[in-house]
Amino acid sequence: MMKLRVSSSPHQRITRDTGAVMRLVMYAAIPGLLAQAWFFGWGVLIQLVLAITICVASEALILTVRKKPVYFALTDYSAVLTGWLIAVSIPPLLPWWMTFIGCAFAIIVAKQLYGGLGFNLFNPAMVGYVVLLISFPAAMTQWTPTTSQNMIQPDFADALHIIFTGFTVSGHDIEQLRFTVDGTTSATPLDYVKTALTQGNTYSESLAHSTFSGGFFDAAGAGWGWVSLAYLAGGLVLLQQRVISWHIPMSLLGGVFVTSLILHMTNGDIFGSPLFHLLNGAVMIGAFFIATDPVSASTTPKGRIIFGAAIGFWVVIIRVFGGYPDALAFSVLILNMAVPLIDYYTQPRTYGHRAKRQSVEQK
Amino acid sequence: MTDFNHVIERLKTNRLWRFPGGVHPEDNKQLSNQVAIERPPLADVLYIPLKQHIGDQGHCIVSEGDHVLKGQALTTTYHPYAVPVHAPTSGTISHIGEHVSAHPSGLTEASITLVPDGLDEWCQLQPHADYMSMDKLKLIEILCDAGISGMGGAGFPTHIKANSRKTIEFLIINGIECEPYITSDDRLMREYAWQIRQGMDILQHIIQPKAVVVAIEDNKPEAIEAMQIACNQKPDCHIVSVPTVYPAGGEKQLIQVLTGREVPGDGLPEDIGTVMFNVGTCFAVADAVCNGKPLIERVVTLTGGGIKQPKNVWAMLGTPVSHLVEYAGLLAPQEEESTIIMGGPMMGFTVGNPLMPVVKITNCLLVPEPNELRQGDNERPCIRCSACADACPASLLPQQLYWHAKAKEYDKAQSYNLFDCIECGACAYVCPSDIPLVQYYRQAKSAIRNERDEKNKAEKAKARFEARKARLDAEKQEREERHRKAAEARLAAAKAKTASADNTASQVEQKSKSAAAAAAIARAKAKKAQQQADVATHTDTPAVDTATTEDARKAKVAAAVARAKAKKAQQTETAHNADAPAADTATTEEARKAKVAAAVARAKAKKAQSKESHFVEEKPAEDKKKKAEAQPDDNVQEDKKARVAAAVEKAKAKARQRAQARQKEQGAEE
Repeated sequence: MMKLRVSSSPHQRITRDTGAVMRLVMYAAIPGLLAQAWFFGWGVLIQLVLAITICVASEALILTVRKKPVYFALTDYSAVLTGWLIAVSIPPLLPWWMTFIGCAFAIIVAKQLYGGLGFNLFNPAMVGYVVLLISFPAAMTQWTPTTSQNMIQPDFADALHIIFTGFTVSGHDIEQLRFTVDGTTSATPLDYVKTALTQGNTYSESLAHSTFSGGFFDAAGAGWGWVSLAYLAGGLVLLQQRVISWHIPMSLLGGVFVTSLILHMTNGDIFGSPLFHLLNGAVMIGAFFIATDPVSASTTPKGRIIFGAAIGFWVVIIRVFGGYPDALAFSVLILNMAVPLIDYYTQPRTYGHRAKRQSVEQK
Repeated sequence: MTDFNHVIERLKTNRLWRFPGGVHPEDNKQLSNQVAIERPPLADVLYIPLKQHIGDQGHCIVSEGDHVLKGQALTTTYHPYAVPVHAPTSGTISHIGEHVSAHPSGLTEASITLVPDGLDEWCQLQPHADYMSMDKLKLIEILCDAGISGMGGAGFPTHIKANSRKTIEFLIINGIECEPYITSDDRLMREYAWQIRQGMDILQHIIQPKAVVVAIEDNKPEAIEAMQIACNQKPDCHIVSVPTVYPAGGEKQLIQVLTGREVPGDGLPEDIGTVMFNVGTCFAVADAVCNGKPLIERVVTLTGGGIKQPKNVWAMLGTPVSHLVEYAGLLAPQEEESTIIMGGPMMGFTVGNPLMPVVKITNCLLVPEPNELRQGDNERPCIRCSACADACPASLLPQQLYWHAKAKEYDKAQSYNLFDCIECGACAYVCPSDIPLVQYYRQAKSAIRNERDEKNKAEKAKARFEARKARLDAEKQEREERHRKAAEARLAAAKAKTASADNTASQVEQKSKSAAAAAAIARAKAKKAQQQADVATHTDTPAVDTATTEDARKAKVAAAVARAKAKKAQQTETAHNADAPAADTATTEEARKAKVAAAVARAKAKKAQSKESHFVEEKPAEDKKKKAEAQPDDNVQEDKKARVAAAVEKAKAKARQRAQARQKEQGAEE
């Protein structure tokens, strides 16, 4: 008599499991990471290692406390990805303990306290980022200039030193590092334009500043434009590999484009162009790598379009009318809250059924 | 609904519709579709389940020890949703009883064990060469008697589908075979296209559709060519090459792809003018009509990396899985644990017992190598990636269904249309978290079905109880009503007497007349009572007799008094305020007593067989009473009849409903 194994259909599955999906996302983020490291120095990579270590350690700790299989859960690579996304969002020379707080909060509070992978309502990386932004607004906006504009070029040892002690090997602090070659304090392109506008300059006047020189488009900040393009390339790979669907990234970029275009056309002096909004800040990485976090995003095809477009809309609105120079994290979190509602009202019509709302009305 | 001509236009130019979702698993068909269908040696024993289709089981018409011939019917039934099973070869019935069924559960079911005698001797067959001149109903009867049920996977009785009363625009022949690995329909089309064509012609003759469409996936070019040649001369027949995507062979999906129409959620394909048959079913139809052969064998694919020589075989129904698998050769040594899948990797089920028999819907036995199919046993948490929703051909939200099924929130799961899931497995196939989604849905569905059955049962019991209660109440009320009426009548009589004395002269006159009448009655009664008492004396006990006579005497006296009173009243024409009422009351009272006594006496007398002593005036009353007594009985009987009729009706409706539901639920492979 032969021994037979019994199982439930289907008996065949694709080989891409959760861990493989997360790894693919990270592979696709490598071009963006390298571009960031190229333009903003070693700090980016140091933060990456730091953040991933903290995230994985926090995850392991909580899993142990919750008496869950640690290795099994860690191999889904979700904690690694969270750490990665936090690391590329924060200023590269942020003090280590702030990174620690952000990462620990993201994993422990935003993810594990909600039940772990799959149960978190909010994008953990963005929660960690926002916690830092609200708690340490000054430190979180201390971006150093791109390497080409640096007066002082911090090397690897300097970056490591300043992250862990607050000073470079030669004794410079973060404020001194932020001086650019033309003697002003550096700011991100979004931050710079926002400040310039409040000082009475027009949008096109503010683009004349060195922050924007070296960009391949007038509107793209030096370095920032390349970083955005690198993330766009990685994102397209994700699309091609069907790791993510087109709905969220395309609608998000569309939301940014349409909203900024309308504003720019009403008054080009005070509202930035669509290119300015698309190529600066976190829009590109957000569209392909952050808003597409499946756990906290909308799940229906129509819902994903609404979700993405609304994030795009909010990003521009907050950038233009709000107090913060960039707003991707806020927009993502705001729309995370709306996901249950969006999903409920965008259910697809089942085969052989009338549309849900129609049938409800008829009842 | 898309217009007929528009659909034909698009079919001609091969511009098809598409269904949402779907997946592209590796089809691995080249493994088994290279060689012609073989005929393996006869198995030592055949296990023939009595029921191999969706619907009701027939009852056995052979007994243990009987010798049967090949093609001989083993069961019979008058149920419209049942088809018989036949002996696949000649031999002896060794046992009739439970045997493991060809079902995922592996539970046992009533089966006939047949030991072949090796002669393979046919019974008398009745071929019908000229089916075109035959009556439609006669053909349908032949299909039913041949035991044909859908061979694509669902096993719905073919004669029911063919007997649609709706207008059919499209007769669709399903040669899609979208499940990976399976090539039985592919080989059948390549080798027997002409007989399939014959079956199509017969079905076309029965159904009279406006057009016939043969749909074949584009990964089977040889089959398409063969069917094109066979249907070359056939007008209104379209051979359509359908893009390969799983589950294009699902009945609902294929209808959508070919016609752009959707089978309504609460309807059947015939509601949108379509009816679909598998190519294997067409083959069997031709066999049944033209050769007179019942359905006793089918093509089964034996394939997978664990099989030495993957191929297709003609397998007799009832052949144990182990016999076929050993015929094709197992690579793994016997001691090692292996997997045998009956059906394809997407919708098939694992065989738990090697003696499981091949049945009418068995199209494939798949024996994969240990790492050939990725099972994915490590279920991880859902990351809401919606890959499942993107793959779902029914546009369901598998993820929501999963949450609610897992949380046992069945009403919620149903609000997300759980029962529209065709269990094709596309969602579980793509799930990166290896969640066995289909299994969750199956569990939820069966839990809901059980719940529903329980509820129905409880409701029926409640209805039964309430009906009984209502009947008892009605009887009680009727009884009370009767008593009340009798009491009222008595009261009225008494009142009439009282009033006669109380009222004015004219009234008094009238009343006194009635009093006189009453008195007369009383008199008569008393007389009769006495007579009766006399008659009864022989048998009755003395005490009763004495009482009776005494009462009768009293009544007589009372009657006399009443008479006197009446006379007096008439004469004086004035009210006798004091005397009359008292006297009258007395009279009535006495009269009543007399009546009672008379009744007792009557009863006794009756007992004593004195028929003459019956009071003429009381007879109707008695009759009425009898009637009243009889009525509840009649009621009960009639009620019972009505209930039996209702139950029969209900059972019929249920059977119909069930059959419809099953037809609707037919799996992807029909």
